[in-house]
Amino acid sequence: MIDIILRFLIGGVVVSAFSLISDLLKPKTFAGLFGAAPSVALATLALTVMKEGKQYASIEARSMILGAMALLVYAAAVSYILLRFRKPALPVVLVLLLLWMGVATGLWYVMVS
Amino acid sequence: MIVTISTSGLKRAKWWEFLLRFVVGGFVTVGAGLIAKRFGPGFGGLFLAFPAILASSVTLVEKHERERKQQKGMRGVIRSRQAASADAAGAAMGSIALIAFSACVWKLLPGHSLGWVIGGATLLWTAICAIVWYCWKQNFLRH
Repeated sequence: MIDIILRFLIGGVVVSAFSLISDLLKPKTFAGLFGAAPSVALATLALTVMKEGKQYASIEARSMILGAMALLVYAAAVSYILLRFRKPALPVVLVLLLLWMGVATGLWYVMVS
Repeated sequence: MIVTISTSGLKRAKWWEFLLRFVVGGFVTVGAGLIAKRFGPGFGGLFLAFPAILASSVTLVEKHERERKQQKGMRGVIRSRQAASADAAGAAMGSIALIAFSACVWKLLPGHSLGWVIGGATLLWTAICAIVWYCWKQNFLRH
């Protein structure tokens, strides 16, 4: 339980810090870079290494490559749809989470099979 | 275009928006850990790049830009979605750097100290972000 609370607090602080940096920067495309900052990884890596070891964290990082590829597809799709079809942002970002999930798990399936 | 620091974005933000980001960040971090524990690090690692932060930031950028335009008497719908689109385009560029960050951690972590690997990978992420964004901006300005 302490581990979960610690992860929650560290994750919240690191993500908030990157969001704060993003809020301070202009233009929007540069600030947007921080939407793909390794915030969750930075928050968890040290805890994971301490608890599970380096090999475990290394395997997580290998899969994170696939997650980041899916993030590239997701972010490009969000950007395109907002610019081309001018739909409201909230439904677009929520529906496209399914795209991220599909691409990430698809790539993972290809890797393991 | 030169990168500038502006506090106007912070002034527009409400307290609950900071709380929302903190809670989303906390939940995603805990969720990634629990998924890794349940399904193994191979599957759980995918969620270290889950786009929850991007999703919340794009939504907030749209909201702030619309409010800014409405204060000037405009509807601001199209401009706000263009701003949100630009934010997501930046994240697409950042995710290229995130791929490099992950690869660096994957390859170097087993044989090196955690501090050096995290520091090096973060520097690599920053450098690639700057290079990709600069190249994109140069190309963008030419067209």
